Amino acid sequence: MVEKKIMSLKEAVKKFVFDGAHICLGGCSTNRNPMAVAYEIIRQKKRNLYLYMHTAGIAIDILIGAGCIRGFEQAYTGMGRFAPIGIRFRKAIEGGAILYEDYTNYQMGLRFLAGAMGVPFLPTLSGLGTDILKKWGIPSIVRRKDPKIANRKLIVMGNPFSNRKKPENLVLVPAINPDLAIIHAHQVDTEGTIRIKSLTFTDVEMAKSAKHLLVTCEEIVNPDYLRKSPEQNQIPFFITDAIVKVPYGAHPTACFGCYDYDTNFLKIYHKAALIDSTFKDFLEEYVFLESHNAYLRKIDYKKFKKS
Amino acid sequence: MQIRYTNDEFIPLVAARRIKNGDIIFCGTGPPLLAAIVAKKITAPKAIIFFETGAIDPSLSEIPLAASDPRTVQGACTIETLVGSLSMLQNKKWGAKITAIIGGAQIDPWGNINSTCIGNYHSPKVRLTGSGGAGDAGALVGRLMIIMRLKKGRFVKMLDYITTPGWLGSGRKRGREGLRPGGIDIVITNKCTMKFHPRTRRIYINTIYPGVRIEEIKENIEFNIDFKFAKMEKEPSQIELNTLRKGIDSQKLALF
Repeated sequence: MVEKKIMSLKEAVKKFVFDGAHICLGGCSTNRNPMAVAYEIIRQKKRNLYLYMHTAGIAIDILIGAGCIRGFEQAYTGMGRFAPIGIRFRKAIEGGAILYEDYTNYQMGLRFLAGAMGVPFLPTLSGLGTDILKKWGIPSIVRRKDPKIANRKLIVMGNPFSNRKKPENLVLVPAINPDLAIIHAHQVDTEGTIRIKSLTFTDVEMAKSAKHLLVTCEEIVNPDYLRKSPEQNQIPFFITDAIVKVPYGAHPTACFGCYDYDTNFLKIYHKAALIDSTFKDFLEEYVFLESHNAYLRKIDYKKFKKS
Repeated sequence: MQIRYTNDEFIPLVAARRIKNGDIIFCGTGPPLLAAIVAKKITAPKAIIFFETGAIDPSLSEIPLAASDPRTVQGACTIETLVGSLSMLQNKKWGAKITAIIGGAQIDPWGNINSTCIGNYHSPKVRLTGSGGAGDAGALVGRLMIIMRLKKGRFVKMLDYITTPGWLGSGRKRGREGLRPGGIDIVITNKCTMKFHPRTRRIYINTIYPGVRIEEIKENIEFNIDFKFAKMEKEPSQIELNTLRKGIDSQKLALF
């Protein structure tokens, strides 16, 4: 019997997000973050999650602030004009609260691609001569103890195809194969085929690199509808494990064609996140509600319809 | 009649003067993006702008406030994944033709840039965003321009962390490390521009903005810097200012 993929947000997070899981969240900065899932992860008090991301935004910033995160490998954390540096991210690192490792955006993208391709690494020139190579946030001793963390941050190697006496240097970045990828998409059909509109960032590579995929979406549609234009779809149905319909599931980040980023809410978050006590109040007010619908009523979602 | 402007307005205009037709511009948002749009409207209508988030040659009728902003996409010829657009920087034919315009928190005399941390990496005084695509741009593209305000603590003898490679050190260090030939070309501040000596690769003052005194520049730079090649930067024209003020950023959203 085929397992049912369509489920509630609560069920999906309960089933697929376990303490200590290695996870990646899709989107980019102020765009299409899986916010509803992030809030549910916090509500279910998940702990010791290990995250991978290229350009992190508010979803990851809030997960860090809520104490769900043990480690974070990334290239950039910031919300543009709304919070140039991720506020809780910054506090956590300055306070020594989490493990962290720095890469460039391209290196992180290639790591997910390597994961999707099933190879142990991909090469690039990015990082040569910089502290990205020389300074490791996570030392070898910690890496060796945890089989899920790459045993080396990266490796510099001479190009094996080179004809030169001294082959050119390449930086090999290790593949990422997380337990779970979480993305928010526009449309998913009842079988699990996913259509993301406009920018996909690294969502497709992430989906294919992970052992499981949890997708929240603005709407669930019939397979016939998506299959009329396969060129507009990015993720085939068999890769998807959990489908959750969550309209406005990316709020306060933007979801192309559906709603813009919520400037006002991002400002509220920025102010609240600066101090521990106000951040706690923010979580009480917006996250520790009984459902995502309760959240939508609170933020008066009807104001954002169709931007 | 005296033309009135702020040096913050002047920054994107100074950068725009260095952008030519045929340039392919890789940039984030804020002053780098304004520079590219002004250039397109005045002297380089055929310049191509693209973002690491994926949109290539968009119309930019609304100013995006972040590289991930959906406004980056309107009117684009194609959109790429993150890996696709950053691969363009490393592409053997196209990478060399790209001019990247970025910002940064700290810079050293070789044009290396820090956007990762102030203080020790393992216990920083201030944690910054991290590389993003800046580290990739510095390693790969044909020309790097950086826009930074001249302020104490920014122009330092030694970086707390090298995020983005400039010339790395003196002479041929960059080449020996295996980076693409490109390198950092110019630093654009709110008081002057700086370039890099073609042989030693050390930074020097290139142009000084009208009305700026040498002391104003010197007091904000921790290391010795040569003024002997310095010329005056021509003040902005009314056309340049109007293009910025009325044509593009009437809400001053993207200025510092």
